[in-house]
Amino acid sequence: MTKRLVVIGNGMAGARTVEEILARNGDFTVTMFGDEPYGNYNRIMLSNLLAGVESEEGIYLNDLAWYQDNGITLNAGVRIERIDRFAKMVYATDGTATPYDKLIIATGSSSWTPPIKNIHNPKRGFHQGVFAFRTLDDTRGMIRYARDHERAVVIGGGLLGLEAARGLQNHLSEVTLLHAMGHLMERQLDEKAGHMLQASVENKLGIKVITNAMTTEILGKDRVTGVKLADGTVIPCDVVVIAAGIRPNTQVAADSGLTVERGIVVDDQMRVQDEDDIYSVGECAQHRGNLYGLVAPLWDQAKVLADHITGRDTEAAYTGSKLSTKLKVAGIDVASMGLIAPETDDDEVIIYNEPKKGVYKQLIIREGALVGAILVGDNSKAASLIQSFDRVQALPEERAELLFDIGGPAGEVKPEDMPDDAQVCNCNGVSKGAICGVVNAGCKTVSGVMDKTRAGKGCGTCKPLVQRIVEWAAGGEAEEDPAASWYVPGVPMPKPELMAAIRKYELKSVSAVFEKLVPGGEHDAKSKMGLASLLKMMWADQYIDERDARFINDRVHGNIQKDGTFSVVPQMKGGVTTPAELKRIAEVAERYNVPMVKLTGGQRIDLLGIPKEQLPAIWADLDIPSGYAYAKSFRTVKTCVGSDFCRFGVGDSTALGIAIEERFQGLEGPGKMKLAVTGCPRNCAEAYVKDLGVVAIDGGRWEIYVGGAAGAHIRKGDLLATVGSAEEVIRLTGRFLQYYRENANWLERTYAWVPRVGIEKIRAVVVDDAEGIAEALDAAIEEAVQAYKDPWKERAVPATPGQFRTSLPLTVLPQVPVRS
Amino acid sequence: MTIAPIETTVLGPIDEIPFGEGRTYAVGPDMIAVFRLRDGSLRAVSAVCPHKGGPLADGQIDNKVVVCPLHLYAWDLATGCSQSGQPPINVYPVRVDDGHIILGD
Repeated sequence: MTKRLVVIGNGMAGARTVEEILARNGDFTVTMFGDEPYGNYNRIMLSNLLAGVESEEGIYLNDLAWYQDNGITLNAGVRIERIDRFAKMVYATDGTATPYDKLIIATGSSSWTPPIKNIHNPKRGFHQGVFAFRTLDDTRGMIRYARDHERAVVIGGGLLGLEAARGLQNHLSEVTLLHAMGHLMERQLDEKAGHMLQASVENKLGIKVITNAMTTEILGKDRVTGVKLADGTVIPCDVVVIAAGIRPNTQVAADSGLTVERGIVVDDQMRVQDEDDIYSVGECAQHRGNLYGLVAPLWDQAKVLADHITGRDTEAAYTGSKLSTKLKVAGIDVASMGLIAPETDDDEVIIYNEPKKGVYKQLIIREGALVGAILVGDNSKAASLIQSFDRVQALPEERAELLFDIGGPAGEVKPEDMPDDAQVCNCNGVSKGAICGVVNAGCKTVSGVMDKTRAGKGCGTCKPLVQRIVEWAAGGEAEEDPAASWYVPGVPMPKPELMAAIRKYELKSVSAVFEKLVPGGEHDAKSKMGLASLLKMMWADQYIDERDARFINDRVHGNIQKDGTFSVVPQMKGGVTTPAELKRIAEVAERYNVPMVKLTGGQRIDLLGIPKEQLPAIWADLDIPSGYAYAKSFRTVKTCVGSDFCRFGVGDSTALGIAIEERFQGLEGPGKMKLAVTGCPRNCAEAYVKDLGVVAIDGGRWEIYVGGAAGAHIRKGDLLATVGSAEEVIRLTGRFLQYYRENANWLERTYAWVPRVGIEKIRAVVVDDAEGIAEALDAAIEEAVQAYKDPWKERAVPATPGQFRTSLPLTVLPQVPVRS
Repeated sequence: MTIAPIETTVLGPIDEIPFGEGRTYAVGPDMIAVFRLRDGSLRAVSAVCPHKGGPLADGQIDNKVVVCPLHLYAWDLATGCSQSGQPPINVYPVRVDDGHIILGD
């Protein structure tokens, strides 16, 4: 049965909660009461309105048509004065009574007026020229009045006061900011940051700031002529704006007998204490002793309330919010989260201070987790810090990486500065506008947006930018994607848990994993390849190989090309070949009219444009093993000529490269593995930028570098170890590769995995056996090596019916007789 | 959703398609990819990806979607609708009868 829902309050909290209820198809007739005679506008944007960078139309979140379209009765400008909880009625000041089945109180808060002599005029509220800064009407009044005057004083040096001061500069020439405390924004910033902000506000914006300024009196008989401070100072002015804080509007609730402390007391379902049918949400609600004045907590509260009131999820619970803000305060970047000062001697405090540029950064870390941060003058790392703070993520060992982009591109592009048609993803041609469109249509997770637009799904280098755009477009409401930590999108588990479950239940095929570990047993096409790789690694020859779990490349052992043909790359260990082998490859290329023969970057020969149905015959004629140039696997070992011929070579890099490729050929992993061995530090084989690169140094020794890359991402590898023999290189290579196979996420290349885990940790495990697993790693890699079979031997009989049947194109060609 | 009209045609024995995979059939001027889901049922869609002409029969599937092997765009096998903002693909009625794949009603 349709129930009657009454909402007291038509601000951001009330309207947002109604939106969430509608989104859950809640069966209600909705009546809303709002103090102000308007639809719902974005209060946060009032400072932009004051500053003249936004129009009144631009700040509406829900215009009057929205209420009509959704069948909501809006009583704008009608104030509720009493609730009868027993009769379930609300009474308005205009004498009307409205019955409800469910009631939501979202009365928000109002501007707090400090006790200052002469601030009020008994006839007309405030003294002429004095304004609060809370509502659209306040803002309109202020703009109108400021136009004809010269000097303004803003009382209150918090966020709102700073915004008011900045906005007023748009309308009059002289603005002074008075703050009763020792430094600006003392709730969000420590003293140093507050002073830094003050210096920027004064020097860059030309706003005069006085701290420790207790305003005692408003001067002027009919209209404001100045303010007087406790120390006797008089500041002449024509306009006074009060921005000294807010107080929750709890009068109606208190008068109606609801439990009110500082705010209206609610439980984890946002129900008012001891009431089954009355909820409260937003700035007026007091949850677990806390009041929240930011929007992010409010959005979370609205969702829980909507889940509960509609019965969608009666277990939904709001458990409180960790507070963080990231904003431009009067044009200056400021971010703050958690603690603003250390609390114990063990708290790790990291400070960066550059007064000349107005940049200040402070982090507080406790037991390896970020518990507080302050940024002034540079918010480039704010989004990632807020994420670390909210989700209690592990922090990089190099703490400096938290404060700066090290080794990244110098200037990070800001989403707000980009035009809509700017191309973000250069692989798939996705614009900023396309990403914002998907976000505005309701998709607020990074992976969801990537799925829908395919942005970031090519080389992946634009993914951080896609993330920033999504966060920006969602206006701080980007949702955490639970799947982000999963090994594959279709099985809700990170890799370690997934591997433990696979072992526990002895799941040896991809469909067994779906059926046992996915609620509802739903299969997922996009997860099959990653699971196949993992299971093959875990079970080796016990793995039950379901061919449909393989990507087409792994079904037919070639790399699919744009026209549906395949490439064939025969193995050429270490890039070394023979005239006889070259002749055979040439003959095959001629015999099959191979459209293109090309040397690869991995020192091999690529035959491109081979129709699927010709693959087995070509492999047979080549009679060379597969070079695995198509799989997420060990690919190739690039070498230089080393000591055999090169007059600089100090180690036999070709022989070692061939030995490494011989041993680890075809080994599958979470990502491809490209290796190199070079005969001296001149590095002709580019070993510093390989997943694993070996460099011969004088004295018969070898350096092993890991985690390098020179593709879409460029990174010099980290030195893992320097060893004295080729055997030792091979042993550590195997151990490193196995450790990577077992621990990296799906498609996580070593250049991402090595820095994530840390080279010290990897060295401890792989070289020093700190965890006592070296023997197990060696045994596992040995088993994988022994399980190697050349896939190109799978050619006499197809593994599945129609394995090599063409899928495109199927146009029947006319049969032309061939003349001999 | 576009269910395209097609003349009833026997495409071949069901054993031609392994579970969880697809095969392409030329039917008159049309090229049609037929998939045999792991639950045993069949789906038939146009064989050519509308994005860049990729061979959909070479794509990976689950019981709902096919993912084109070239750029990994996904389509719903039952409705033909794209999950990633691409044009839809045709879907065709298909069933198994006495071990044979029957396309059309």
